[in-house]
This record gives sequence, structure tokens and C-alpha cells, in this order.
Amino acid sequence: MSELPPRRARKRARRALPAPGEWSLELIERYNRELARVAGGFGLETYPIEVELISAEQMMDAYASIGMPVFYHHWSFGKHFLTTEKRYRRGQMGLAYEIVINSNPCIAYLMEENTMTMQALVVAHAAYGHNSFFRNNYLFTTWTSAEGIIDYLVFARNYIAECEERHGEAQVEELLDSCHALMNLGVDRYKRVQRLSLAREHERQREREDYLQTQVNDLWRTLPARETPGHGEAQERFPAEPQENLLYFIEKNAPLLEPWQREIVRIVRKIAQYFYPQRQTQVMNEGWACFWHYTLINALYDEGLLADSFMIEFLQHHTNVVAQPAYDSPWYSGINPYALGFAMWRDLRRICEHPDDEDRAWFPEIAGTDWRRSLDFAMRNFKDESFIAQYLSPRLMRELRLFAVLDDDRRQRLSISAISDERGYREIRRVLSDQHNLGSREPDIQVWNADIRGDRSLTLRHRSSQRRPLTGDTAAVLKHLARLWGFTVRLETLGEDCSIETAGECRLEKRKGAR
Amino acid sequence: MFRVIDHRHDGKNRSAINRSRFFRRFRAQIRRAVSDSISGRSITDIDRGEDISLPQKDLAEPQFGLDAGGIRESVHAGNDRFNAGDEVDRPLGGEDSGRGGAGQGGETEDDFVFRVSREEFLNIFFEDLALPDLVKTELARIPEHKLVRAGFSQTGVPANLDVARSMRGALGRRTALAAPWRARLHEAEAKLAEALDRHGVDDEEDEEIHALRIEIARLKAHIEAIPYIDSFDLRFHNRVRQPKPTTQAVMFCLMDVSGSMDEERKDIAKRFFLLLYLFLQRNYENVEVVFIRHHTVAAEVSEDEFFHSRESGGTVVSSALELMIEIAHSRYAGGSWNLYAAQASDGDNWDNDSPTCRNLLIDAVLPLVQYFAYVEIRAGEPQNLWREYLAVAARSRKFAMQRIAELSDIYPVFRELFRKKPA
Repeated sequence: MSELPPRRARKRARRALPAPGEWSLELIERYNRELARVAGGFGLETYPIEVELISAEQMMDAYASIGMPVFYHHWSFGKHFLTTEKRYRRGQMGLAYEIVINSNPCIAYLMEENTMTMQALVVAHAAYGHNSFFRNNYLFTTWTSAEGIIDYLVFARNYIAECEERHGEAQVEELLDSCHALMNLGVDRYKRVQRLSLAREHERQREREDYLQTQVNDLWRTLPARETPGHGEAQERFPAEPQENLLYFIEKNAPLLEPWQREIVRIVRKIAQYFYPQRQTQVMNEGWACFWHYTLINALYDEGLLADSFMIEFLQHHTNVVAQPAYDSPWYSGINPYALGFAMWRDLRRICEHPDDEDRAWFPEIAGTDWRRSLDFAMRNFKDESFIAQYLSPRLMRELRLFAVLDDDRRQRLSISAISDERGYREIRRVLSDQHNLGSREPDIQVWNADIRGDRSLTLRHRSSQRRPLTGDTAAVLKHLARLWGFTVRLETLGEDCSIETAGECRLEKRKGAR
Repeated sequence: MFRVIDHRHDGKNRSAINRSRFFRRFRAQIRRAVSDSISGRSITDIDRGEDISLPQKDLAEPQFGLDAGGIRESVHAGNDRFNAGDEVDRPLGGEDSGRGGAGQGGETEDDFVFRVSREEFLNIFFEDLALPDLVKTELARIPEHKLVRAGFSQTGVPANLDVARSMRGALGRRTALAAPWRARLHEAEAKLAEALDRHGVDDEEDEEIHALRIEIARLKAHIEAIPYIDSFDLRFHNRVRQPKPTTQAVMFCLMDVSGSMDEERKDIAKRFFLLLYLFLQRNYENVEVVFIRHHTVAAEVSEDEFFHSRESGGTVVSSALELMIEIAHSRYAGGSWNLYAAQASDGDNWDNDSPTCRNLLIDAVLPLVQYFAYVEIRAGEPQNLWREYLAVAARSRKFAMQRIAELSDIYPVFRELFRKKPA
């Protein structure tokens, strides 16, 4: 029998959370209760949380299907699985500690191999950090629907499985290959998409099928079967305005697709759209999650609930994640979004709480305000590009010792265009912001013209900027596009000097299968 | 709301279907890689997983993207020496600065390398092959048993007696059975002590003391009467017979190395032996290989010698069969070995030796082996050996024969030999 500890210590011991190496379900729930309490105190709004415990193997499975719990089948996911598996087995990479899904309830995966400290970190990071970001950021709330995504994926998987049964796996696979090739150009950047819902999707899918087909048929039928060439006055282009969403254009207008094929194009497009906000908010989202796991865990530690051993392990993981190596370090691979995001959110809080003169000059609207309210506003209303442009402070640029490099392939050497000094702050901020702008990271390619009066060929226009060339994949992608369109596809590059040259062409004879 | 769901025990291998689709899509390439890797290995070293490497471009998932070139601006961290307007050589910091935004390093290798497990590796070869029915029933009969421990029983032979456990049981039983007597004994002893106290001296005549003494003796006798060990206490190790599948096989490779077998034919033979070996490996834990080469006399040789030495002169096939029978009797007797034999030849034989071969096969070899496969590597007309063997094939289902004309014939022939027969 041990003696009862003195009164004060006993009270603390009862509240303190144990910090064993091994986790247990009950402990995870206890940690979560405390995390939920402090998160509530900070005013974090989240979706309900569903934590799923999985093994390393299952984590690799999840990797393979872009983290989604339900997904249709495709060989490329198998390929990703093999890559991950090989690298994991050889110790070339560790698995992510968690995957979190933008759904309602918000699903977070925890790996079995994690220690209790890791599980607590992951719960704070994913279930409170990412979760609240998904719930409140404008890109997610307007462009994705967390309620419907799982149901929609179930619908997609079943529909595609059904198509495989009816039309053969090979055909579906070919179609998916082609759609995947255009996935990044299958998103609406400015137009609000409709919310997804399983029930409505089912109900309207058949309807849509019939309707779409009549639309497409009409488009082509109302035209004279053969028009003598040279007849044309100034020919009107179709579509009248360039279209940025290639998959949408294919779904609605490709002349030879079957209804089920259009539906699959639509599925790939919807999923691309669902992931689009995540690609636009990496710095913000990861930084936000890191900021909150750091803040929540420290709040618990300050209350005396966490053991020192817990904190040391926690800090080790935390610093690993948010480390930013210097440009000449062997580990350098560009700006680490976790590091940049975390530093920016911390810096924002500092500006609110302890502003100096520089901060007051640069950020008069937030310096000295309630940090919770200011951070909440920033989290809700920005994406990476605008977030950096708005909130990257001179002090943080100095701390990270940022500098901008200009690489012009016509010049012999690189030139340093700005460093973190009075003259360079704005330039660095502009370049870094642009570096996180999907619009400038990916080529601007749009549908220019479908020759509906002639040979039905499709012309795309690539508006080149800064003389950046397209990759060697272009020809292969055009092949995929031609397979979907059914006729010749051509890509033109519009130079900055308004010159137009053909960048690629995939000829396809009328009404014959691709290739 | 917070919910924890333990998924660790379900939904494993969710990607298995994607993985198999990947295999199916690149079947041709994977097949080629597997067969390349086989020709580089020794026969007995064939049975393990393999790193398969496919050209990256074959399985690319193309996307529109921006390439290096043109004008690029990027921000980097950790400035320690630069001033605005400085010029530096490419690449920045000893590394390609162009990686800045993409950060997808490591994906640019020319080859996509992945590991196929031993199972997958072999499956690629043996897809729809299985042991011939005959051998399957043979395997199912399982002639061997082994004894395994299965707890304890109350009956058994003395050799299996577990002394410690038996004694422990006896002690428990004695304690339990003696408990009521012992309680009364303590009571009586206490009364006696009290009575003696009261009387001050030990009065032999006092009736109460006398009665107590008798009572104590009686109780002690009762306790004593409880058997120290009873047949009830005995515990024996229990062992049960469990069927033990035969897990070892020996494969005899017989090959004609007379002058008429040239390098190309030997190569074809090697492929054939190799496939048989792989196939056996899949069904047995331990496979040994015996190489017997022959011209007019037979000899057991090493693998290297088997495939690479060349003799001249005539051919006496029966010499090899006789040597094989001898080895089988001396080294692999006793029923714990499954014997397989594969013979490769160009079909030449001394005319009067072929009937001897037939008789040897029917009388001595076939009763010993599970399966005997004969391949004749020859494009032209069959020779006398083939005709004699046809007679053997007609009499036994353990015997299979095929003709191979060129390298590409091996696999179909092998499949034919071990085709899955409808049950």
C-alpha cells in the first residue's frame, strides 16, 4: 500500500493526463476531452469528429486513393500504392502521421504505430486545426460540400463499377485515363459549383443522361450535314467565349460520347473540383493546423495537465514538421508550406498581441486587436496567394531570411532580385504570393474553338507567360483529349507578343476510335 | 461530438484490387521483366521476390504542365550572403533551384521500380497451372503424422506423467479433504490445552482429558488416512496425432549431353527444368535437385557442369534412368520425399536401348515418382525413343511427354504438361 499523497498534489494528479508510450482508446478520448475544452475556449468551430485507427498498411491504402475512405478503382492508384510501399519498406520515407478528410463528420485517420503523444498531437492537428479550416474557409464552404462528399464517392464508385460490368473494364479504364490526364483542367475557377448529394445525384443522374444526350445531338444535328467549304463569312466560334473547364466542355459537348461516358467525365470533374481548394490553401491550411496543435497542447501544458516527457516528444515532432532548411542545405526543397504557414499564423498573433511600430505601419487594421478575431477573419477569407500578399510581415521575411531569385534562361547567370530589406519586402511578398498561385504554377489552357461547321476539330489555346514552355507530356495529353473529343485536337500557343503557333496536334479520323 | 472507431482489423488490402489492375495493365511488361530476371538466376535461386523495373514512360500519367525555361522568379529561405542585384551561377546552392515550386523530387527517375512478392512473382508464371490431379490426390492423402501437445489428460502412459502437476493436484486435494477434520482437531487441541490448564497437572484419570486425547488421535488418524497421492491426481501430457503434409520433394533433372545436344537445345532444356523447379517450390517447402547427365554412361554432376559441359559420342538413355533409380533408393527412400523427374533429350538413343528404357520406366521409375515429364527438343521426325515412350504414356498417367521445337514453345508446353484439369 502506498501512502496517499498530500492534498494539493493529489488534486493535480487526478487531473493530470497520464503519458505512457502506449496509447489506448480510452486515453485518446480523455485527451480529446481536454483538447475540446481548450479549443472551445479559443472559439474554434469544427465539424463533429470521427477518428479512425488504422494500421500502416491501411495508411498506405489510404495514400493510394488520395486519402479518401471510398474511391473507385483504377490501376494508377495501384501504382501509387507500390511506390509508397517500396519507399516505406526501404525506410526512404515515413508515412504521414495522419490523413484528414474534408467531410462532415470530419474523418481523421490515426496510425496504430503512433505513440500516445503522437495521437494527441494528431488529434489536435487534424481534428481541431484542419477541421476548423475545412469548416470555415470560404473556398471550402462555397466550393465543396462536406456533407455530401462521402455519399458522392460511394455513388461514384458504384456507378463506375456498374459501368465496368456493363461496358467492360478496359473501356472504363481508358476513359478514366483520359479524364485523369485533364483533371487539373477540370475545375471551375470562378463559377460556383452545385452541392453534392447522393440522393439527388441518383435521382438526377438518369434525367441528366437523357437530357445531355439530346442537347449534344441537337448541337450537331441543327447544322447542315455538309457545307461547301469557303462558304463561310466570318465564322462564329463555338464556344463563343473561351472555356477554362476542359472536362466540363467535354462532358457537355463532345459529340460521340455515350451518356455513361459523360457521367464518368462528370465524376472525375466533380472530384477534381472537390480537391481544388486544398491545392489552393496548402500553406494556410497546414500552417493553421500546426498553429492550433501547438497552441492547444501548450494550453494544456500551462494548466499542468501534461507531463514533461510528453512535451519533449511533442516538441521534437513539432519542430521536425515546421523546420525550414536554408537554400544551401542538402535537405532544402523549396519553401516548406508547414513552416511558412505556421510562422505566419504565429506572427499574426504576435502582431495582434505585441505590435511594434513597423507592424503598426504595415498592418494598421490588425495591430493590437483581439488575436482570435483577427486570425479567424484571416482563416475564413483568404487563400495562399492572397494570404501571403496580405499578411507576410517584414519581420518574418527577415527571420526566414527570404530572398527572391530571377532565373531567365536567356541570361548566363541567376540574379538576386530582392532580399529582405526595406526595398525588397514588397517584391519578395509579390513573388512568394505568385509562387503559391495555382494560376501561374499551371499553364493557362482553354478551349478556343470547336469547328462545328467543318471537321469538328477542337482547338485549345495556351496563353503563355514569361516564355515558360509546356512539358513533354503535352502530346500525350492531347492524345487523351482527342480520345474524349473523338476528332482532331490542336493546341495553339498564344505568345506574349500575340503570335500564335501550333504547339501540338493529335489527328483523329472521324468516327473512328482513338489511336 | 467525438467518435473513435477502431478499423485496424478490417479493410486490409483495400488497394489490392488497384494493385491487381496495375499488374493486369502492365502484364506484358512485367512478364518480360520476370523472365529476364529468371535467365540471370540459378535454378535453385529462383524462388524469391524480385524488384521489377518498368520504363517510367510506359506508365506515365501525363498532365499539362510548365517546364523549366523562360523566366522564372522564386523565393528562397536562408539568405546568408546575397544582396539585391547580385549575380550567381546556376544552380543555386549547388542544387537545381528550379525545383522551387514543384518539390516533386524523386519521381523523375527513368524507371519505375517496385517489388513483387515471391507469390506474385511465381503467380505471374504459374497463373492457371496446378498439380496434376493424380499428384493432388497423392498430396491430399498425407501419409505422415506428427505428435503435437494438446493440454493434459487424466489417463496416459507413465512416460507421459507430469509429476509436478500431479503432485500439485494431490496437495490441493489433500488440503481440501483434510480441512473439516483439521478444524475439529484444532478445536479439540485447544480444549485439551484449556483442560490441562484448569487441572494444573496432567491428570491421566480425568475423563474429559482422556476423551479429548482419544478424539485427537481419531482425528489425526482420519487426516492420515487421506491418500498422499491418488489415481485421481495423476495428470499426463496429452499428445495428439496431427497430419503432417509432406513438404519435401526432390527433382531429378536428366539430360542427354551427347554430341547431338548443342547449346541452344541445352538452353531450352534449362528453361524447362527451371519452370519445373519453380513449380515444385510452390508446392513443397524443401526441394532438392539432382542433376544427372548422360551420354553412353551417366553421372551426377553440379548444376554448372550439367548445363555447360559438352561430351561427344553416342547415347544410352537407360544409363541415366538406372543411376536415378539408384540415387532414389539410397538417398530419398522412406516415403518422406516426393520424387519428380524431368528428362530432356534430343530423342537420339541406341536402337536396342529404347525398349530397355521403356521397361525401366514402367517397372522401376514410375512407381517411385509422382510425375515424370519428358521433353524432346527436336524439330524433325520423332526417333525410336519417342515411340517407346508413347507406349509408357499410354499405360501411366504419371507420365507426360511433349516436343519442343524452339524457345518460344517451352511455356505452352509446360502449361500443357501441368494444365489445370477440370475437377
